[in-house]
Amino acid sequence: MGAWFWWMILGMAVVTYIPRAIPLTFLEGRELPASVQNVLRNIPYAVLGALIFPAIFFIQEGNIWFGVVGAVAAFGIAFAGANVMIVVLGSIAVLACYSLFFM
Amino acid sequence: MDSRGFSAGVKAGSSIAIGYFPIALTFGLLAKTTGLSLIEATAMSIFVFAGAAQYISLSLIAAGVAPILIVLNTFVVNIRHFLMTAALNEKMQPDARWKKALYAFGITDESFSVLATQQGGRLKTSFAAGVILISYSSWVVFTAVGHMIGANLPQFLQASMSIALYAMFVGLLVPSMRRNRKVVSLAAIAGLTHAFFYFTEWLSTGWAILVATLASAVFVELISPKERKS
Repeated sequence: MGAWFWWMILGMAVVTYIPRAIPLTFLEGRELPASVQNVLRNIPYAVLGALIFPAIFFIQEGNIWFGVVGAVAAFGIAFAGANVMIVVLGSIAVLACYSLFFM
Repeated sequence: MDSRGFSAGVKAGSSIAIGYFPIALTFGLLAKTTGLSLIEATAMSIFVFAGAAQYISLSLIAAGVAPILIVLNTFVVNIRHFLMTAALNEKMQPDARWKKALYAFGITDESFSVLATQQGGRLKTSFAAGVILISYSSWVVFTAVGHMIGANLPQFLQASMSIALYAMFVGLLVPSMRRNRKVVSLAAIAGLTHAFFYFTEWLSTGWAILVATLASAVFVELISPKERKS
C-alpha cells in the first residue's frame, strides 16, 4: 500500500469518530424533552435486536443451520440464566462440537 | 449513581474482549491476504476501531475502489453511532467535555451494548474507561496476532468463533427480556424491520440498522401506556 493508504486511514478515523463524539459532547448538560429521552432509553434494546437479526443466521455462508444451531445455543444458555461470558464461550463450544460431528 | 469504577468496568468488558478475539484475528488474517502489512493492518485497528467498517474497507481495497469512496462508505456504516452515543449520554455521569470526547472514541456496538444495558443509575466515566480499555486492547492486539498467525488456527474453530459477538449480544439482551416485556417488543420489531431491509436489499447494512432501531424505538414508545413509563 502507498501513501494513499495512510490518508484513507486518517479519513476513516475522522468519519468514525464524529458520530461517536458529537452526541456525547454536545448534549452534555442539556436536558432533552421527555419524549426524546424515552425513545433514547429504548434504543439499546432495539439496537441489540437489529444487530442480532437476521445476521446471526448467516454467520456461515451457504449453511444456515450453522447459524440456527448457534442462535439456539446462545438463547438457550442465556435463558438458563448464565452470564454473558458463559453465553459466548458456551455457544462457541456448541458450534465447535456441531462442526466436528455433523459437518 | 452507580458506584462501580475502573476495575468493575474491565470485568464487564472482558466478555467483549473474548468476543473480539476471533473477529480481530480474522481481520488481521484477511488484511494480510488483501496485501496490508502488519503495521498497516494494526494501524487501522488502532486509529479506526470499527469492526464492520474495517471489514468492508478490506473488500473495497481488494476491489480497487477509490480511497475517498471507502472513507464515505465508512461514514455511512458508522452513522448508527450517532443514535447510540445520544442514547448513551442519558446513561453516563455528567463529566468534563474532554473526558467524554476521549472515551467517545471507544464506543462500538459492543461497548455501547454493555454500557447501556447495565442495571441501575448513571455510570461513572471510570467504569466506561475500563470497559473500553479492555475491548480496545483485545481488538488491537488480536489484529496483530491474526496478521502473524491467523491462518494456523483450525478451520472448525475459526468458523465456530464467528458466533462470538452475536452470542454476546444475546447474552446482554436476554436478562433484560426476562425483566421487561417491552424489551421483547423492541428487539423483535427492530430485528424484523432489519430482516425486511436485509432481504429486500432496499438499504445498505449501516442504514438498515439505523432505520430499524429508530423505527422500533419510536413505535414502541408510541404504543406503550403512558402511566407505566418510569
